This record gives sequence, C-alpha cells and structure tokens, in this order.
Amino acid sequence: MVEEFSGVSRRTLLALPGLTFSGAALAQSTAAEAPQRGGILTYAVAAEPPTYDLHQTGTFAVMHRSAPHYSTLLCYEPGNYPNIIGDVAESWTEAPDKLTYTFRLRPNVRFHDGTILTSEDIRASYARMIAPPPGVTSNRQPAFSQIAAIETPDPLTAVFKMKKVDASIMDTFASPWNSIYSAARLQQDANFPARNIMGTGPFRFVEHVAGSHWVGQRFDGYFREGKPYLDGFRAITMSPSAMVNALSGRQILAEFRGFTPNERDRITRALGRDAQTYDSSWMLHLLISYNNEKPPFNDVRVRRAVSLAIDRWGGSTNLARISQLGPVGGMVRPGSEWSATPQEMERWPGYGRDMAANRAEARRLLREAGQENLSFTLMNRNIQPYVTAGVFVIDQWRQIGIRVEHQQVELAAWYANQGSGGFEVMIDSFTQFSDDPTNVLVKYISMDRAEVATARATDRELDRLFDAQAEERDKTRRKQLVREFETRAMEQAHLVPLLWWQRIVVMNARVRGWSMSPTHMIYQDLPDVWLAPERS
Amino acid sequence: MSATTLARPRQPNPVLGFIRAQPLGAAGLLVILIMATAAILAEKIAPYDPEAIDFIAMLTAPSMEHPFGTDAFGRDILTRIIYGARTALTIGFLSSFIGCTAGGLLGIASAYFGGRADMIIQRFVDIVLSFPIVVLALVVVAVLGKAAVLGVDMNLVAAIAIPIVPRSCRVVRAAALSVRAMPYIDAARAGGYSSLHIILRHMAPNVLAPYLILLTAYIAQAILLEASLSFLGLGVSEPKPAWGLMLAGDSSNFYQEAPWMILFPGLAISLAVFAFNLFGDSLRDWLDPKFRA
Amino acid sequence: MLRYAARRIALMVPTLLGVALLTFVMLRIVPGDVVEVKLRADGGYVTQEIIQRERARLGLDKPLPVQFLDWMRGLVTLDLGNSMWTGRPVAEEIGTRIGLTIQVALMAAIISVLIAIPLGTISALFRDTWIDYVVRIFTIAGLAVPSFWLGMLTLLLLLTVFHWSPPVTYTPFFESPLQNMSQLIWPALAVGYRYAAVVARMVRSSIIEVMREDYIRTARAKGVFERLVVSRHAMRNALLPAVTVVGLEFAFLIGGLVVTEQVFNLNGIGRLFVEAVSRNDFMLIQALVMLLAVVFVTMNLLVDMLYGVLDPRVRHG
Repeated sequence: MVEEFSGVSRRTLLALPGLTFSGAALAQSTAAEAPQRGGILTYAVAAEPPTYDLHQTGTFAVMHRSAPHYSTLLCYEPGNYPNIIGDVAESWTEAPDKLTYTFRLRPNVRFHDGTILTSEDIRASYARMIAPPPGVTSNRQPAFSQIAAIETPDPLTAVFKMKKVDASIMDTFASPWNSIYSAARLQQDANFPARNIMGTGPFRFVEHVAGSHWVGQRFDGYFREGKPYLDGFRAITMSPSAMVNALSGRQILAEFRGFTPNERDRITRALGRDAQTYDSSWMLHLLISYNNEKPPFNDVRVRRAVSLAIDRWGGSTNLARISQLGPVGGMVRPGSEWSATPQEMERWPGYGRDMAANRAEARRLLREAGQENLSFTLMNRNIQPYVTAGVFVIDQWRQIGIRVEHQQVELAAWYANQGSGGFEVMIDSFTQFSDDPTNVLVKYISMDRAEVATARATDRELDRLFDAQAEERDKTRRKQLVREFETRAMEQAHLVPLLWWQRIVVMNARVRGWSMSPTHMIYQDLPDVWLAPERS
Repeated sequence: MSATTLARPRQPNPVLGFIRAQPLGAAGLLVILIMATAAILAEKIAPYDPEAIDFIAMLTAPSMEHPFGTDAFGRDILTRIIYGARTALTIGFLSSFIGCTAGGLLGIASAYFGGRADMIIQRFVDIVLSFPIVVLALVVVAVLGKAAVLGVDMNLVAAIAIPIVPRSCRVVRAAALSVRAMPYIDAARAGGYSSLHIILRHMAPNVLAPYLILLTAYIAQAILLEASLSFLGLGVSEPKPAWGLMLAGDSSNFYQEAPWMILFPGLAISLAVFAFNLFGDSLRDWLDPKFRA
Repeated sequence: MLRYAARRIALMVPTLLGVALLTFVMLRIVPGDVVEVKLRADGGYVTQEIIQRERARLGLDKPLPVQFLDWMRGLVTLDLGNSMWTGRPVAEEIGTRIGLTIQVALMAAIISVLIAIPLGTISALFRDTWIDYVVRIFTIAGLAVPSFWLGMLTLLLLLTVFHWSPPVTYTPFFESPLQNMSQLIWPALAVGYRYAAVVARMVRSSIIEVMREDYIRTARAKGVFERLVVSRHAMRNALLPAVTVVGLEFAFLIGGLVVTEQVFNLNGIGRLFVEAVSRNDFMLIQALVMLLAVVFVTMNLLVDMLYGVLDPRVRHG
C-alpha cells in the first residue's frame, strides 16, 4: 500500500521552541492584514557571490541573491518550519519500503523564458548534482549518495529510486540549494547557471553590478496565483557595520542573515516602533576540534580535560550579550526535535554546571596524562564571532594553567591547515540547512568517512551508530540512537561543541510576510513578502 | 648668527644642546621615554591583568576603577594601552631597526661597489618600491602567516621591515656616495683593507646621521603600519593587547555605545607616532646642517 | 628630453617584470587556495575529488612556470584573466570599482593642496615663531593620526551629533552630485588630512631653502615687498618639490585607501584587494598589485618629466 500525501508531509506540526517574535512583528502578524502588492524590497547581503549557481556553492551570499529566481521540488512551509510542502511538486507519494518517491508536478510552472517546466528539468537538475559533468562541481554530492535513479514516465511525473533507505531524503528534496534549472539550457551549456539566471522562481533577474547590487523584478508568469507581491527586490552588498547604519537610516529595509544583540539594539533604538526583530536558535555552531593525530591530543584524557575547562553555561549567558553566540547545545541544534534536554546535556563532560568540580576534574585528567604544563596553539579565523569565542576559551583555559597561543588565519589558510592536519586545536564551525541528524552528525564521524570531520579521528563505534540512525525508519528509535551517538562522541571528545549561534534578524516593520527559521538559507525566495505603506 | 654656535652638537652637553635648540623634539623624546618606561614596567604600573576577562565589568564607562573604561570582555582599557605600548614599541623598533639596517648596509654596499652591483641593487629597490606599503605588508603577512618568537610576531616585523628596506637604501646610498668620494676611502683601499672592513669601519660611521634620522622616522611609520594591519585582522592576534587591534573587531561593533573603546587606543597610536615624528624631525634639523638657521 | 623619457620607459619594463615575478612567487607560497574557500564556505560538503576538479578547471594544477607564462602572455595582450572567485574577467571586477577609488583619491589630493600650500608657506614665512610651531604640530599630527581612526571618529561624530550617517551605496557623481559627495567627502577628508600634512611639510622646507638662495636675497635688498618676493620668486621654485610629493603620495594614497575603504564601506579597489587577499584570489591580487605598481612608476615618471619642464636647471641628458 502506498501512503498518500497531498501537499503536506506526515511530519507533525512542530512548535518552534526558542523562536520568538517581538515588537511590531507580533502585533502585525496577529492583525492578519491583507497583503498589498507593489514596492521594491531593498536588503543587504554581507558578501559577494562567487557564482550564481546554487548547486555549486554553500554560501548565503549566493542564496540570498539567487533564491528568489528559482524553485525547488519541495520546500519548507512558510511560517511553519520544519513542515515540508510541495514547491513545483503538487503532490508526492512515498513507497512503504521508502525506496521509491514519486512526484506529481504542477502543470502551470513556467520558466522565465516562457517554457513549461517538465519532469525532464527535474531529472537534469538532480543528475547534475548527483554526477556533475566536467567543469561543474556539486557542493553537496554526498547528500545524494542513496539515490539510484530518476525516472520520468511522463512530463509531469518524476520518480526517484533509492539504493538504501535514507531518513534524511525529504530534507534533500526540500533543500533550498537543489534549485531546478532548465534541462534545455543545461544541455547547451552545463555551466549555464554559474553566470546566468533562468529559473521558475517568483522574480526574474535584471542585473548584478559586482560589489554593489543585484536586482530582481516580478515574474508575472509565477505559478503561485497572485504572487509575488513585490514589484522587485534590490540586494545591496555591504559590510555588517554599514548594514546597521543603513537599516537605522532607512536606506534599506531588511537583512536576513542576522545581527549581534548590540547591533539589534542600535537599530531598534534608531527605528523605534518601525523596527521588528526575530529571534531563534541557529543551525550553526562553533566547535573545538582537536587534531587527534597530534600528541597529546591522541589522549582522550587531554581532550576531555580541555573541554571540561570551558564554562559553557556561563559563556552562553555572557557572550550572548556581545556576540551572535548563544545557546548551549549538543551536536544537534538545541530546541530542535532531535536535541537532548538540558538535563541530559548536564551529564556530558564539560556540560556540568559546577565549574569548580569541572576544573578540578580537568586538572586531575591532565595530571594523569602527564600534561600539567599543557600549552598549545589554537588556530582560529579572524572574523566575529570566532575571535570572541577564541578570546573566551583562551581565558577559560588559562584558569587551569593551560597556556595557549592564538593563531588567527585567513580562510584559505584555515582550510589548508585543516586538510593537511597542520593545526593542534582549532575553533571550527558547522552549519546545515536542516536539523536532520544525518546532515549534522556527519561532522563527528571518522575522517575517512567525511571530509568535514576535521578532528582526524577514527572511531568505528561512532560510524556504526551514525549508519544505524541514518537507516532507522522509526523516529523514536532514531532519536535514541542519536542520544547514544552524542554520549559516545562527548566521552571520546574527538571534537566537541562549544556554543550554538543565536539568529537575530532585524528589519523595518514595513516588511511583512517573511518567515523566520533556524537557518538563514530557507524562505529566501520571497514570494510571500510584501511591503506595508510607510507610516505617516 | 649666534644661534648657530649655540646649536652646535659639539658643545659640552649634546643632550642639553638638543633640548635648547629643539624644544619640540625634546618634548617628543620625553613622551617616548614615558611610553618606554610604561612598556617596560607594565606589570608594575597597570592596574589589571590585560587578558583577564571580567564579564561583570563589561563595557563600563570611564570611572575611578577603570579610568579609560572597559571593553566588551570587561578588560581594562588603560591596562591594555599600557601593555599595548610594549607591543607597539617592540614591533615598531624591531622592524624599523631591521629594515633600516638592512637597507642601510645595502645602500652603502651599493655606493661602495658601484657599477653592476649598484645597478642590480637599485633595480631591486625599484621593484620593492613599486609596491604600495600597505599592499606589500598585506601580502607578506598573508604569505608568511603568523608566528611568534618570544612573544613577538616576527612575521609581522618582517612584513613591516621589508617596505622600509628600499626606502632607507635609497637615502643611505645617496649619503654614502659622497663619503665614497673622500680621499681616505681610496687610501684605505690602497692600504689593502678588505671591502667589508672599509664598509663597516670607514663608511658606516659616516652615514650614521641619516641612518639615525631614518630609524626614528620609520619607527613612527612602523607603529602606524602595525596598527593598520592589526585593524585589518592581519597583525597582532587577540587576546594580546595591541592598539590597532583595540580599534578592530568588537570596537567597530560597539563604538557608538562605548566610544571610549576607540577613543583611547586611537589617541595612544597618534601620540606615539606624533612623538616619534616630532623627535625625528627635530633630530634631522639638528643633525643636518642644511636645515640649521 | 624625449630620449630621457624613452630610456625611463624602457627601465620600467624590468621593474614591472620583477614586481610580477615577485608577486606571483609570493602568492604561491601561501598555504591554501581559492577553491576550498569557495566550495567549503558556510559548511559546504565536498570531497577532495571535487576540489581537485575545480583546481584543474582554474588551471591551478599546472606547473608554476606554465602558470606564470600563461599570466604573462595574458598581460602582454592586456588580458588580465578571470577572477578565481567570481569567474568574471578581472578587468571587469576592477573596472566597476576603480572610479570610486580614483574619485576619493582625487578629492583628497585637491583638499590637501588647498590646505597645504597656504599652510606650508605661512609656516615658512613665520619660521620659528608660534605660528610656525602651531602649523608644525598640526602637520606632524596629520602624519600621526591613523586615517582609519579619523574615519571612525568622523562617523561617530556625524551619528551622535547630527544623527545622520553617510549613504552606504555608491551613486556616480554625474547621477547625483550631492548624493555622491555626501558619501565620499568623509573618506576624502580622513585621508586628505594626512596627505595635506605631507605636502605642507614639503612646501615649508622647500620655501625655507629657496628663501636662502641668493636671488631672493637680492630681491629683498632691492626693497621689494616681501610677500611679492615670496609669490613671484620663491613660490615657483618651492612648488617643484611639492608637485613631486603630491604625485608620489597620490600613488601611495590608492594603496593607503585599503584600510579607509573598509571603515567607510566603500566598494573601491582597496576593499576589493583585502577581499581578494582573504580569498586567495590569485588572479585578482596579481592584477591589482600590477595596477598599483604601474600607477606608481608612471606617477614617478610624470613627476620627473614635470620637473624637467618646470625647472630649467634640471636637464635630462
């Protein structure tokens, strides 16, 4: 028997703990005003895009510009994260063995050049990500490793056949990165999307002036009736400090990535009741990664001691006042359905609330390992909040007599040293577009299994737990496996979470209909966003 | 022309003579001496530990306890400025000394040997001179990465010293050319002394004046450049106290709420560079007869 | 004169070649390259194989001499290659940003000349009086105050006192002069102060020197009004070194804007340079260094030629 879903996934509608809306936003969203058409949304993006192609990148600099031009197979329901609904797919079915997914496409989806979207476009786009042709890279190739074949029995049906059960596959289908390109264009030039924009999204591309701005205009043939509301958008490149001034001075209306608490205060002070702020935990965390190949970090006692010395709860409270760092969490986002409770966390080494005891234990472990005079170099990036985190942990370690040299490097050197193992301890970070454990726990498995596992460790027990949860169809049992994984990983401490980030979005209250979520990668196609008239 | 006789460096006490002839320069020297003392005795003078975080005192305005206020980590800004003097003076002096000495020796060698050696050295000087200073330093830091020897970022020192080399080479070469023309140099050569001996014993002492002027002038430049590089995140690393660093990162985030975070470190940079320039200027006027009244 | 110019231009070639080689070699010593930054940023999940493939596409897997020759061949035909980060032509990346940088630099140069010449002259005329001291302190301070700090203070002042901040997006001058100036005047002032200080000091010392020369003494003895002497005789000769400094400093200024553009969020080539360095975008860094080197040697040449034209005593053999 085949379970039938009509547009809505079986996922329970999850409340979003930790997700709060404040100020004007709350008042307006309850008022449920009718959306108004027209206007140009101006917003800031902090970095220049390296490419226009969402398949070939992982940076928000591309997402925040390209997303409004494209559609995906499925997407997260606006205002109801993480529920999944269809985007170009009208409905879909999942076989009971979870090895076949059949998508029925909307018949009225048009590309900006007027052509109709068919299942062939779906197949070509996914094929490009699964096995990129020469000259094309695929940034998340491993995420598609369980897809065996894509069939297109008719122009409005696409069938995905799986090699194995993949519990995270729905998030892959809804991934904002997996944009649908025109098969015809890809046929002519496989690298077409890298420098051109041609999709089925709510906005058509107008221009991009390098280092300055990116402009989109309403696509009248968009498949969602009456949308988008905006006439267009203008994404302006500027540094974070300039964004604060620009938002305060009403030169722009929004920024979607996030601000520090202090920046939020400055903007809300300037805008008064015209400011609206959103708050959520963020699918982004900093970690302490030890080079497990380098003594003394091949000794679990040393790794654990270094982690024990960090006052995560105290750091969370204080650093949240001056940076984007916030919640204490494990390896999955705190507040997500997969997360451990604070009580469960407190049992992990380095998460206990009694810092005196933690430090005493850390000293004991170091003594046992013969490392009373431990000193090492901490490799770090030279941007915020990495630097803030670095200054904080160095001070924490100093309190138990560990001396640390802070080595701040440029991004290229940071990656190069990761790859070659040219570091002792580093502040690492990890981000994903979904909370699915397979997506996030991959950071903590053996180095030969994942490029992102920077700790250069090998732990087959962790790999086994990882694989078990990835194939587990029962959610409760999967959750249990995630707990086991986290407990084991915390005890081995090959690399340990430091703190999670807090996403604080501040915008002008005129911007309505935008959805907050724990990732800055979704809801950026902007079909539902509209502008309220300026208050007189 | 009675002032001329008074200002002669040959008078019994050169220090007194300098102070009398160049009061501005003497004031500069005084500031330098005060900063140097503060840098050396930082542990004794500074009221707090420069790296200790105190979240309770986070972002407090200047007060009796914290005369210059505190930063986002609650660290005392006065303390960090005092320790920062150590960073600034060490890096400033070391890079200027290394750059001027290397450049000076190259300049003397260039003048002494002349001919092809001179041409090669001058072409090299041209090449390095064609890089804008900040750009060259930026690339050198990126290339060398960061490495500390005895708590000093030697790569940073190198990055700042390299642009100084061709500039001091030019100036010293010009001075050395006139020394080279002196008959006693030929006499020394005829006497069978080695080139090295002649360069070090006969030529170097005679270009000491321009060398000293360059050295002070470039200490000022080096301090400024270190501040710029630290500001760009390519210089000294947190949590080490350095003036340029105190203007970067968090400061740019907080300076509207906590203007003291940028006010005092910026003043410290300006004052130090100002003092060295004042002193260097006056030293030049004093040593160079052309500028004497 | 023409022969001199030709010889100087011929000498520029080995210098620039040296700059090119040095830049190229220095960059290749840096660990890491643009590929990982591009593919792994924000948690990209890529295999080594993908990274190698992208490296090959950008030509980073070729032997270094081949890469260098490729680049040289491009330079000769004025093809600067493509940015390794965006894939767009380097010339385009620089072209869209250079106008702003040149405008700020020009404005700073004008501001500095307007301030420096009167200030330097007054200082020289009233040498060793309190006026001279005040001017000297003002100019030495100009050399001491970091322009990025001055920029931060300016922004702070505008914001706290006038509750206003300059526009953050660039408007070309001819589109809206007011909008354009209200953004760019501040950085021009911040860097112009230092620039003015350098020029004023040069004006002062060269006027002092010229004043000592005999023909001025003669003119004075003849009882010509002192100010006239200054304006007629001294100024013309004293301006020569000032011209030199204005020219040379201009070349430096473009490099010096690197930090200031950061403070004012200007989309100029200084910021482009910092970004290129942080991403190891070799093609872009190389092109920018070459561009600045060319500006520098050209400025040098122009200054020397101008010297020959203005001062008949300087004869180029």
